[in-house]
Amino acid sequence: MDDLDKIKKEKERWEQEMQKKSRDRKDKFVTTSSEPVAPLYTPDDMEGTDYLKDIGFPGEYPYTRGVHYNMYRGRLWTMRQFAGFGTPRDTNKRFHYLLKHGETGLSTAFDLPTLMGYDSDHPRSHGEVGVCGVAVDTLKDMEIIFDGIPLDKVSTSMTINSPASILLAFYIVVGEKQGVPSKQLRGTIQNDILKEYIAQKEYIFPPEPSMRIITDTMAFCKDEVPLWNTISISGYHIREAGSTAAQELAFTLADGFTYVEYGIKAGMNVDEFAPRLSFFFNSHLDFFEEIAKFRAARRIWARHMKEKYGAKDPRSWLLRFHTQTAGCSLTAQQPENNIVRTAYEALAGVLGGTQSLHTNSMDETLALPSEKAVKIALRTQQIIANEIGVANTIDPLAGSYFVESLTNKMEQQAEDYFRRIESLGGVIPAIEKGFFQKEIADAAFRYQEEIDKKERIIVGVNEYVEEDEKIDIPILKIDPEVEKEQVQNLKKVKETRDNEKVKSCLQKLRNAAREGDNLMPRFIDCARQYASLGEMIQVLREEFGEYREVSIF
Amino acid sequence: MQDRKIRVLIAKPGLDGHDRGAKVIAASLRDAGMEVIYAGLRQTPEMIVEAALQEDVDVIGLSILSGAHMTIFPRVLELMREKGLDDVLLTGGGIISDEDIQKLEAMGTGKLFGPGTNTNEIVAYIKDWYKKNRLSKENEEAHS
Repeated sequence: MDDLDKIKKEKERWEQEMQKKSRDRKDKFVTTSSEPVAPLYTPDDMEGTDYLKDIGFPGEYPYTRGVHYNMYRGRLWTMRQFAGFGTPRDTNKRFHYLLKHGETGLSTAFDLPTLMGYDSDHPRSHGEVGVCGVAVDTLKDMEIIFDGIPLDKVSTSMTINSPASILLAFYIVVGEKQGVPSKQLRGTIQNDILKEYIAQKEYIFPPEPSMRIITDTMAFCKDEVPLWNTISISGYHIREAGSTAAQELAFTLADGFTYVEYGIKAGMNVDEFAPRLSFFFNSHLDFFEEIAKFRAARRIWARHMKEKYGAKDPRSWLLRFHTQTAGCSLTAQQPENNIVRTAYEALAGVLGGTQSLHTNSMDETLALPSEKAVKIALRTQQIIANEIGVANTIDPLAGSYFVESLTNKMEQQAEDYFRRIESLGGVIPAIEKGFFQKEIADAAFRYQEEIDKKERIIVGVNEYVEEDEKIDIPILKIDPEVEKEQVQNLKKVKETRDNEKVKSCLQKLRNAAREGDNLMPRFIDCARQYASLGEMIQVLREEFGEYREVSIF
Repeated sequence: MQDRKIRVLIAKPGLDGHDRGAKVIAASLRDAGMEVIYAGLRQTPEMIVEAALQEDVDVIGLSILSGAHMTIFPRVLELMREKGLDDVLLTGGGIISDEDIQKLEAMGTGKLFGPGTNTNEIVAYIKDWYKKNRLSKENEEAHS
């Protein structure tokens, strides 16, 4: 303690000297989340931190330094590029291209109609088929997407939420047809409906039936698809919607705790399903703030799972996460600069101990990535992994006065938010009151204001601007023919399937929805009969109703 | 009529739920003294034009990030003409290529804005349009 007192005194003296002898180039220094940053961090900034209790060792509670004993010395993170566009055939080609260039896991992007549970021939789908991702109507489409890809060899992540369990059902049946039993399938469905109400807004049903679909999926998978990550609890979209780093952290973990509580309420033991929960975070521009966020996330999750929810299996304490670099940080102006932004964000993800990583392509503010752009993005990860030495030792920034103090601050801010959410009655009541939506909209507005007033410099946007810039990079365009082709293919499937069987399995789905039976086996039966996604969702829309949000800005 | 605030309808057509931009613009226009009606998500062209008519707006602003702009903007324009909203400004923004912006502006939309636009630029554009297209016409009518 004497040492700390001495340091504090000396620091005060130094601060006075600094103010006398130097002048800052601006009034305040803040993080990307508008949090103030001090000129210097010293041991007194991590006062009260107990190394063994708060930081500890990798692979051991509370996992601040990482979830594995030897981290990247054992195995590098999975390089997983999000891909999907046009027809299932186009996407299959892109998957083979990525695997050939050294990608180690697949990640599927679906188009908006699929995300919203509409078939390609629905009037609301017009103009959006295959545009933001691949269109999936029936099992047939999934058979084509994974054609020639052995499902026992790759792991597949699917970014899908409201209809997540139906896409998983399609995947299970594709596995069956390849001769791969469901117990061997590895991958992730996003299946995180809470963040849809909070940020991404691709919800269909009201919260309660949505949560029931999710607990059904968890219960089914613990026995039948035990290697599958049943929810990827996502902060990514919360951040893209404009939240701060601390909000991303707090809201995501609060969502995670809500799934745990619903799982327990549905009659499961926490250790039966918690090991299959995984996370998905954004890596934004502020290097140290992001690293602190990842480290704090692991510690908070471990502490709550062990102490609050009584999980006994250490695998339930582990926060494993995927990272994607921040799409919202990219600029349409001078797009090549996005390669540099993405590289720093990816580096923060790696120094934060991520388990898998997607690096954005430079052209994503303009269109879906071209092959060239996506290859540079993948190469960025390979350079980080192999050339710059950061994968040689574990959690190299631990012990940095700045990083440890930021990590502590992140944890405190998250705990403050947990208390506020609890006082509103929990996550779902807080959603219904618009709490998260308002917090995020306010942060997004503040960030934009800082840019407009030039308090925050964005290269190429409000400084170092090139007048009359002509953007000269190849752009991937989606042919409007895709929609016609997809509608034709769906028509063909409907003509060749056994429509009596389809009717009967849809009726069984309806009964299960009414009677509270697990929906997963029903989805799988429907999938086998080539019932479409839209047909299954329509049954559930009729049974569960649709959610409408209160719009706040 | 001098005191009348500029009335703007902000809407997100199509299935996309990314409403960050729409909300930031809505708040900026409100802070600039305009009356903002935020229609929110998943608005069909029919719903948008109907709301514009009901709310008697001067400006419709659409935010489209999904790539469906070449379907949605022309349809909204068509409906605006059918309903006689010829004197209403249709503007918007999102992930729209320069080539598509040129095509849409030629069809009759107002200026369309890409990512990175300063919100003050949009405020100034709308105020300027209002001055040229509404206030001057009102003056003409008052003198005739």
